[in-house]
Amino acid sequence: MRFGVIVFPGSNCDHDAYHVISKHVGQPVDFIWHKETDLSGFDAVIVPGGFSYGDYLRAGALARFSPVMKAVKKFAEEGKFVLGICNGFQILCESGLLPGALMRNSGLHFICKHINIKIENKNTPFTNELENGKVLSIPIAHAEGNYVCDDSTFYELEENGQIVFRYCDKNGDAIETSNPNGSRSNIAGICNRNRNVLGMMPHPERACEELLGSNDGRDIFRSLTNRIAELAN
Amino acid sequence: MKAKVYVTLKPSVLDPQGKAIHHTTELLGIENIGDIRQGKFFEIALDSSLSETEAQQTVEKIAKDILANPVIEDYEVKLVH
Repeated sequence: MRFGVIVFPGSNCDHDAYHVISKHVGQPVDFIWHKETDLSGFDAVIVPGGFSYGDYLRAGALARFSPVMKAVKKFAEEGKFVLGICNGFQILCESGLLPGALMRNSGLHFICKHINIKIENKNTPFTNELENGKVLSIPIAHAEGNYVCDDSTFYELEENGQIVFRYCDKNGDAIETSNPNGSRSNIAGICNRNRNVLGMMPHPERACEELLGSNDGRDIFRSLTNRIAELAN
Repeated sequence: MKAKVYVTLKPSVLDPQGKAIHHTTELLGIENIGDIRQGKFFEIALDSSLSETEAQQTVEKIAKDILANPVIEDYEVKLVH
């Protein structure tokens, strides 16, 4: 099993993701420079957080045209796993690998804090270690996390179980006051129809050690490694 | 030849930044403002060898593929001589 962490100019959570995969998940992992065009040999790639291309134009809008993104599209079409975190989620939406878009937070501020999210669908490669309704404490750190999509996309997401995480309070209720950024229907993370591409605004790689306030993020990486191991057998 | 490209949020999309600007106009005591929406403006200098049709097509492609995100934004292209 091999993980890759894509590095764009301006990525800044690439080392966190690398650290978690090598130290806590215990799997081989490589950095992949954004000019790379071949992802063969990898089972999963992480599109990490940060400010690729300085967030110029729109968050993720320019990274979408980096050479590696063609390879990521092909990789996703082959059914391999792509996890986009924060800026990675924005890049996946901009490239059309995930539906919808991430706009400026409704309160306009950059928000950096621990929030609660709940599992809406445990039947994905990223959540199979979890239960529906389970609440995770995971930090967010973004100014553009306000998920928007049109009505037909939204109903499709709901119908296909593509809404994977919702912002909620500590009891697991996805109420308006627990929505940090104005996201439609408290959406914190979605997957594609085939469920092998996931984008989420919260940072699970920053929640893998008690010292950092939470290790709830580990279950997401553990779910993914389980699924990859299952496929290998 | 130059092209001007205006990228604006679709009318159905809320614009928190425009709202904040609107609020500031109210703080200044400016009245009779119904709404303010924020957009982006690009000026593109084109090679003079391009015909008007080619220029229009080139800029439309840039606007559609790069400058605007069709999920949330509309664009308008104007050629200027």
